[in-house]
Amino acid sequence: MKPPKFSYHAPATLDEATAVLAEHAEDGKVLAGGQSLIPLLSFRLAAPGHLVDINRLPGLDRVERTSRGWRIPALVRQRAVERSPELATGVPLLAEALRNVAHPQIRNRGTVCGSLAHGDSSAELPSVMVALDARMSVASARGVRQVGADDFFQFHLTTAIEPDELLLAVEFDAPRPRTYSAFREFALRRGDFCLAGVAVTATFDVDGRVELCRIVAAGVAPTPLRLTAVEEVVTGSELDAAALAAAQEAARREVSPLGDARADAAYRRHLLSVLARRALSALRDKRDNRDNREGQEGAD
Amino acid sequence: MHPDVRDGTDKQVLRVIVNGEERRGVVDVRTTLADFLRHDLSLTGTHLGCEHGVCGACTVLLDGTAVRACLMLAVQADGCRIETVEGLGDGDALSPLQEAFHRNHALQCGFCTAGFLMSITGALRDGPVETEQEAREVLSGNICRCTGYAGMIRAVLETSEQVYGAQAAS
Repeated sequence: MKPPKFSYHAPATLDEATAVLAEHAEDGKVLAGGQSLIPLLSFRLAAPGHLVDINRLPGLDRVERTSRGWRIPALVRQRAVERSPELATGVPLLAEALRNVAHPQIRNRGTVCGSLAHGDSSAELPSVMVALDARMSVASARGVRQVGADDFFQFHLTTAIEPDELLLAVEFDAPRPRTYSAFREFALRRGDFCLAGVAVTATFDVDGRVELCRIVAAGVAPTPLRLTAVEEVVTGSELDAAALAAAQEAARREVSPLGDARADAAYRRHLLSVLARRALSALRDKRDNRDNREGQEGAD
Repeated sequence: MHPDVRDGTDKQVLRVIVNGEERRGVVDVRTTLADFLRHDLSLTGTHLGCEHGVCGACTVLLDGTAVRACLMLAVQADGCRIETVEGLGDGDALSPLQEAFHRNHALQCGFCTAGFLMSITGALRDGPVETEQEAREVLSGNICRCTGYAGMIRAVLETSEQVYGAQAAS
């Protein structure tokens, strides 16, 4: 028996869940897919006195179409989003990134919202949600409030969710016309947390120039990191070779990752800059309806 | 649902269907599904390697999909259908996948085998696995530290062909 002792709550309604969280705020923890929390309990890195298992809450396990786009409630498993034909065409960035999230067995159980609430910056979904400019619906006994993705991730494993709150859903808009996206990461082994990763979305104007873009780095800062300098470099460009080279250089300058046992700081910085270029190149090739062959292998 | 659970509890009655058979137990809520299967139900075919979700040895099917039994509390499986390696064969008769493992020397010490078998069984229920690359993807969530993966890849492809017909070759 590895997890420390806790009291287990399995509320049947959202009101019950938020009431329990309100009662035990500082000593409570929400359990959804458990793919991050159970290991933390088993390592005894977390020892909450009360676990609030939300898996029996009704109506939170299906992706919903909204007037502006989509809503992914708290109990939608990662695998369901990865396999949704509607989201595959509507927001292809999700499935592209999800294929890098651990392994099928983990994605069968892990929830999209759970990964966001856990807030590991080297995970894929936090960066993806920043790239999609998503909004988080956070619920407590005090009501429901919305937090934009840019403000949601605050520090390593720290989000805007207060101790008495739970992440009810994440919402994002349908991409505007002429919008494309891409995700690239590098991990030592398939399914590992990445050493660095990049999620990009860009909307082109009618002349084929980047009008708006969001470029977000994973694994190189305590939170998903918007690379605003890189965004400035590519905005207005046609993502030609010169723009890609400038973007790579801007990315290299913009990040200051820490080194660890898996990769030192200089290597991570280099990786990130290469991945930024590759992601942008892949995005451009999607616009041009070409296969992107760069980024699968080969050295830089 | 047990009413007491809404108020918080440290023990709970549990009812699951394991390999088609109803099983009940009273568990400490912090018991993982893997420990419940092994200790309470004596189904020791499910192995525990890392116990934090990395190695895949404890993979079982929960309502038909492959999950890590070490990353779930037993109480969360209340009311669910669970399949373990003990349910694959029929008496002494091995399942087609187990036969394919045998034929292709896809195991050596066997510690990781149950997890691989359950991961592959789950994947093959979703559809055929037709290429080596797809087979590698199916195997990527489990770790083997002695035999390696070449024999397992052959076993996956052969079993897929057996189950779904030789559509890949056509």
